[in-house]
Amino acid sequence: MAGLVAATPIVLTPCFKGRGRRDEPGDDTAVHFKAIGISSKRLGTKNVRLLRIVPDNTNFDFIRFRRVSFPISAVLSILAIVLYFTHGLNFGIDFIGGTLIEVQSKAGPADIAKMRTTLNELGLGEVQLQEFGGPENVLIRLAQQPGGEQAQQAAVQKVQGALGDAVDYRRVEVVGPRVSGELLHWGIIGIFVAIGAILIYLWFRFEWQFALGAMIANVHDIVLTLGFMSITQIDFDLTSIAALLTILGYSLNDTVVIYDRIREMLRRYKKMPMPELLNVSINATLSRSVITHVTVLLALMALLLFGGQAIHSFTATMMFGAALVGTYTSVFIASPILIYLGVGTGRQYVPDAPEEVAVESPPTVPTRTPAHARARR
Amino acid sequence: MLYFSRAKAAAILLTALVVIGFTVPNFFSEQTVKSWPAWAQRRLVLGLDLQGGSHILLEVDRNDIIKQRLDALRDEVVRTLREARITWANAPAVRGGGVEVRLREGADFSTAFAKLRGLSQPLGGVLQGNGMRTLDVVDAGGGLVRITPTDAATLERTRQTIDQSVPIIEKRINELGLVEPTVQRQGTDRILVQVPGLGDPRRLLELLGRTAKLEFRMVDSSMSAQDALQGRAPSDSEVLYEKQGDQRIPILVKKQALVEGADLTDAQASFDQRTGEPIVNFKFNGAGARRFGRATQENVGRPFAIVLDTEVISAPVIREPILGGSGQISGNFTVESANNLAILLRAGALPAKLTVIEQRVVGPGLGLDSIKAGERASIAGAILVVVFMLATYALFGLFANIAVAVNVAMILGVLSFLNATLTLPGIAGIVLTVGIAVDSNVLIYERIREEVRNGRSAITAIDAGFTRALATILDSNITTFIAAAVLFFIGTGPVRGFAVTLGIGIITTLFTAFTMTRLIMAWWVRMVRPQTVPI
Repeated sequence: MAGLVAATPIVLTPCFKGRGRRDEPGDDTAVHFKAIGISSKRLGTKNVRLLRIVPDNTNFDFIRFRRVSFPISAVLSILAIVLYFTHGLNFGIDFIGGTLIEVQSKAGPADIAKMRTTLNELGLGEVQLQEFGGPENVLIRLAQQPGGEQAQQAAVQKVQGALGDAVDYRRVEVVGPRVSGELLHWGIIGIFVAIGAILIYLWFRFEWQFALGAMIANVHDIVLTLGFMSITQIDFDLTSIAALLTILGYSLNDTVVIYDRIREMLRRYKKMPMPELLNVSINATLSRSVITHVTVLLALMALLLFGGQAIHSFTATMMFGAALVGTYTSVFIASPILIYLGVGTGRQYVPDAPEEVAVESPPTVPTRTPAHARARR
Repeated sequence: MLYFSRAKAAAILLTALVVIGFTVPNFFSEQTVKSWPAWAQRRLVLGLDLQGGSHILLEVDRNDIIKQRLDALRDEVVRTLREARITWANAPAVRGGGVEVRLREGADFSTAFAKLRGLSQPLGGVLQGNGMRTLDVVDAGGGLVRITPTDAATLERTRQTIDQSVPIIEKRINELGLVEPTVQRQGTDRILVQVPGLGDPRRLLELLGRTAKLEFRMVDSSMSAQDALQGRAPSDSEVLYEKQGDQRIPILVKKQALVEGADLTDAQASFDQRTGEPIVNFKFNGAGARRFGRATQENVGRPFAIVLDTEVISAPVIREPILGGSGQISGNFTVESANNLAILLRAGALPAKLTVIEQRVVGPGLGLDSIKAGERASIAGAILVVVFMLATYALFGLFANIAVAVNVAMILGVLSFLNATLTLPGIAGIVLTVGIAVDSNVLIYERIREEVRNGRSAITAIDAGFTRALATILDSNITTFIAAAVLFFIGTGPVRGFAVTLGIGIITTLFTAFTMTRLIMAWWVRMVRPQTVPI
């Protein structure tokens, strides 16, 4: 890098003869690459067309959509809650206790049917077997054995005795009833403490309406994600709690970015009606929201495809929660709800801001289709 | 926003370099690093899920502690009353979580009650000096006195039990010669044992799950064990079992021990010279040797039992007095079980029973697969993100990629410096940090583009973009950081590993966004003096 930078002053002068071409980003980039001494050929960026997922100056009326999005979310939330109570979650051994043994057959694909018969004869109650990440790998799950902590150990030994040395024991996890109860307890407390702490922070940084709006959005995200986990019956274990909390963080992250903008707009445009102000804010941050979420999705996709079985349920949950629900929530729930919470009511009576505050024209001018926006399409 | 003094720029680069420098030891073998100065030896530790190993959580058996305490308390009550020459109506007995004794009503009662109250001591240890006592002594009326240990006293005893158990557990595990096992106390009543590497989890459990209380007791031959099982055992004897193959043979033994394992000074696994069977040789200390010598002298020709945790290992007949203070235990041992017993005897008995309440064992095969999966996911994620950034922002995308790379390197540096344990969820945390780090760049660039659209010139747009985006970045990252902090404080195991990398990742993201990204941009602006923004 240092070498490249050192070379720049020499290359610099001839490059900047052409001016005022800022509506053609491709050419510009080529120029700048030359400017810092990287030949455009080497980077393959000659006549670069930048990827533009969201066009400039979008002007979607997100706020009017609340008449659709609120009922949809309400219905989905109720559905998720109903699912949670009827269908339940597929609790892993972390939370209900029990034993999990992952074995790998030493000689080719495992004969699950045969294993099942062998293990069912041990009289250990319900024994679940499933293929896990490959035909050789089998995940064996035993329910919590009656008779306290030592009975769990005895059960493991029985299984190991029955399967013998034909398999490789890749993982053995035994969680006793006491530990599992505590883990669930702390997991739930964790989520509430996190929501509480974040709320207090938002309350200090913004106003209470924003904190409340973010909380409603948050609960909405958690509820929908739990519904998703109920439908798919993904393992709900300790990493799921981590996933839920990360979703919470991401979703808030998104909400805060938009709220930040809303706050800025509230200060700058004292007369703009609330729905329009919210729309402008969301539209202004839309490109960022989409690009960020595509990146997060790409990272998650890599984890999902290559990260192995151990974090599979974690990534799947994250994908649903952070990338899909989180974005939707911050745009269609967290922002419009501010209207109902009374942010900006009575704005019309506030005297106009002094001139120096509003130096710029509002960034959204729906009637004007700027030339540079057209050029990019 | 875009001006950096030389000193500032140097400080930023130096910080980044130093932090990244902490990753260096990871690239060398452990042997090489060992010869370096201590401060340079910090490195990343792979978690048990990545390198394989056992995680075992033990909990002290509260009921065992209470039972031991009550038995001792009953003996104390008996001794106290006898010394004061006070007779009772009903003998002291353990009943309902306490000791009950019915005294004769009359003049003696108040003296006796005062004596019994004297058994209660002010509580020592951590809870010292807050007026709490070890026992509640209650006059239940009709001469009945109930003595119960207080909850605080039981808690204190539990704590002490754990304190005493940790070194014993450590000794047992160290005997196995494994690499860097850790034994930690958790809370008041738990011990966490983590043993990385191959090891034999079954053997580990066998060594951890035993109290290893060894006793030499006489066999009670006044009646057969079968008769005793019908419910007529003498009050000073009990029926214990000896395992022979699949059978469990009942043996009636005295409750009183002749000698206990605490008097052993050494124990070694060996082979019987005649039969070639595995045996355990042991040696007593002076007091133990004397007692054992006297007992064997008095009981030649009679059988005695070697009892380990209420299980009879063997019940040989004493052929001749054993006066030298050493002897051997034989009893259907395999080489491994003889070794285990020797280890247990050397390390000593645990003060109370420990129960395995959580066990997670990862085989080395799965560990390797997980490392590979983590590597592949990281590389794939990196490529996808890098390409996407280049496609979206071209030159600025390159800047972003540099910043993100610095960021990831810094995370690894901080983790190395903390000697942190890297787990698979931890790797997931790093991959997610990449997402957050990219977001900070996206926020800046999108804001710059917006400022350009609002009619600002390139340089002022970049400046304003940074100023405004950084405020947002700070807000949004603090919220995520709060979630990470909560995860860290209440999470355990895998969740914690995730929280650590996420939390560190947010801090390094803030650092790179506020310094590195700006610095790169400042250099570029100064070199190129852009008239337009290339995004």
